[in-house]
Amino acid sequence: MQEVEKTGYTADVNQFLTFTLGAEEYGIEILKVQEIKGYSAITHIPNAPPHVKGVMNLRGTVVPVVDLRTKFSMDAVEYTKFTVIIVVMVGDKIAGLVVDAVSDVLNIASSDVRPAPDLGARCDTRFISGVVSIGDKLAVLLDIDKLLTEEEVATAA
Amino acid sequence: MQVDLNNFRETFFQEAAEHLAEMEAGLLRLDQGSFDAELLNAIFRDAHSVKGASGMFGLDDVSGFTHALESLLDRLRSGEIRVTQKLTDLLLQATDLLRELLAAAESGAPAPERMAGVLQELYVAQRSPASTSGASPRIRKSDREPAPSGKTAYQVRFRPSAEIFSQGMDPLLILRDLARLGEAVTTEVDVQGLPALASMDPEQCYLAWNVRLETSNTVGEIRDIFAFVEDNAEIRVDAEELKTSTTAAPSAANMAPAAPRDASIRVATSKVDKLVDLVGELVIAQSMAREIVHNFSSARLAELQEAIAQMERHTRELQERVMSVRMLPIGHIFGRFPRLVRDISAQLSKNVRLELAGEETELDKGVVEQMGDPLTHLIRNAIDHGIETAEERVEKGKPEQGLIRLEAYHQAGSVIVELSDDGRGLDSERIRRKALERGLIAEADAFTDAQMYNLIFSPGFSTAEQVSDLSGRGVGMDVVRRNVESLNGSLSVTTQPGRGTKVRIQLPLTLAILDGLSVRVGRETYLLPLVSISESIRPRREQVKTLVGRGEAVMVRGEALPLIRLHGLFGIPTEVIDPCRGLTVIVEHAGRSFALLVDELLGQQQVVIKSLEAHYRKVEGVLGATILGDGRAALILDVAGLAQIARHPAGGGLAA
Repeated sequence: MQEVEKTGYTADVNQFLTFTLGAEEYGIEILKVQEIKGYSAITHIPNAPPHVKGVMNLRGTVVPVVDLRTKFSMDAVEYTKFTVIIVVMVGDKIAGLVVDAVSDVLNIASSDVRPAPDLGARCDTRFISGVVSIGDKLAVLLDIDKLLTEEEVATAA
Repeated sequence: MQVDLNNFRETFFQEAAEHLAEMEAGLLRLDQGSFDAELLNAIFRDAHSVKGASGMFGLDDVSGFTHALESLLDRLRSGEIRVTQKLTDLLLQATDLLRELLAAAESGAPAPERMAGVLQELYVAQRSPASTSGASPRIRKSDREPAPSGKTAYQVRFRPSAEIFSQGMDPLLILRDLARLGEAVTTEVDVQGLPALASMDPEQCYLAWNVRLETSNTVGEIRDIFAFVEDNAEIRVDAEELKTSTTAAPSAANMAPAAPRDASIRVATSKVDKLVDLVGELVIAQSMAREIVHNFSSARLAELQEAIAQMERHTRELQERVMSVRMLPIGHIFGRFPRLVRDISAQLSKNVRLELAGEETELDKGVVEQMGDPLTHLIRNAIDHGIETAEERVEKGKPEQGLIRLEAYHQAGSVIVELSDDGRGLDSERIRRKALERGLIAEADAFTDAQMYNLIFSPGFSTAEQVSDLSGRGVGMDVVRRNVESLNGSLSVTTQPGRGTKVRIQLPLTLAILDGLSVRVGRETYLLPLVSISESIRPRREQVKTLVGRGEAVMVRGEALPLIRLHGLFGIPTEVIDPCRGLTVIVEHAGRSFALLVDELLGQQQVVIKSLEAHYRKVEGVLGATILGDGRAALILDVAGLAQIARHPAGGGLAA
């Protein structure tokens, strides 16, 4: 198993922003990330799916906030001032993702990305684009477009 | 010399539209009165302005057509031809066509086909009583339809007056237009008038031109080129004999298609000046505040407070002024209704008079523009269903002429538009029957008359016994309601059987800002549009009733209003479960009131409406979002939507 290079750049190397949810490591393509901001007040939206925590004020724009812990059926944790929101752009829509902490920006060669293991029907892997080893850990790369477009916008109604 | 006229095109089209609107209004007044030289003059001037400007922009179709129109108007105002109903109809038709022509010219589309026909009629009408000399141009066909006989050669002599430049004309543009008509075989400059260099005034024109032009156009069309300068120039057009040529003439003016234009607003300079002043004052107030903060001591607190208060005043005024830039008088759309009433009543053979009031009431441009269709529909409906035929009216002892009154006025921060007619009124029994038939209500449902009347705004509802061409297809009134509601407005209808119907539309002054009441539920803050709130009460224990299978109700002055628990509807944890400990806000939608239970009222405030759909999606019961003073996002509630979701689970009779 190869160590992921931290430097160097070739055509099929992509940069990923990695973050943690509990003990698990996740990555999203950095080009989708608009900014990372601290936790801000969230306004509840009635009758929204449980993982849509509400909306927040992003410099005058009202954007929805999605809690990835709830989304992935993990235990909810209390939001603290250390809670981080990753602001992502999907198409022309903006959304905030609540995560435990942001870890790193990594260059990941596409040859190092392995397909998501089939975890059976219990686990929805549609929005996982692959997994990659980082040291002794395994990071799950998320397809943010599928995660938000399909789940939030289209079917949340 | 190449003048880039494109910059002025937009202004031209805007002004042309205004002139047309005034012409139309004038013609409609003409219709009702007898010979009025002043009015005819005004109409003539409008036509003349359009002609002049369009000639300058090389819109030959427009200027040619307007020329014909103008010639007819000229004979009308000189009293040579009498104003008849038929003539007014023709003139109105011509204004319609002119509007189409302008639209076509703007988008670069070809002129509408019926132009030739209308043009012909205009000339026929002009000649009708006593045919005069051929001084007026004879246009038989539009220049887009070349005469089949082929080309003719003309000797064109053009000697502009010396002052032509001072009138803003450029002979070169005219020559260029002339060349477009066909082939300028020879063009000679006549320099005879040219003085010695020393005595020459560079601002005067000393030249004349002789052009030999081969074209398939008529003398009249050639003369039209000079339409704008004919008073200031010597113009002679003589036909020559020429062997017919086989090729068709090239078409006239090839205006490049107009680029899609941004919607623009024309703002009075005084308004802009005031804005500049205010911004200046704001900057001063801000620098004062900054100075105080820089050298701050507790002794200066009062000073700081004063500075901030001043900034607040300026900001508020600035906000109002900026809003007023977007404001348009509602007369903008009222103006088209006299024509509409005239056409529809003629079509239905009814005698109807339209009375307008409050045209100067100002509203947000967006609102004004979007009110056109709903009002058109309501007026159509009023004439078709409301106003009786003349015989029927006489029988009932009413004046033979029906009256439709359209009025706008301000009331408590919103604008009210009322449309009333003195027709037969609504028949609640018939509405009930129809609603039952359409499955909109259940047999057992009890409605007050007011609620019943508002059923006409339900989708798929129409009481017209006969579906007519104009209305009665049941697609109208609910669209009207939806339009009004999409503008955050509300509407209601009142009627007196046999005496008439009145539709009342309440509109916000602007789309961007909403007057709201902020309420608290649990830890959430919501805003309710002030327009839909009638009062708020804390009900006494005996006012709250539980109706079996129908949920809860609050009795207010003998009326049972459904109680909607906002915390229950939205799933918000709160301690205030007992209506007698919280507050109920009585809101009204489409003639039905209901009580919303909230924890407490926080206060009244103006908020800027932000879209929730931009990044999320539409949420039922929510109109949009806003940012509160503390930077938090808050949702603005949609009363119509709340009424729907509250009704839905209960399975009530009224379909959404």
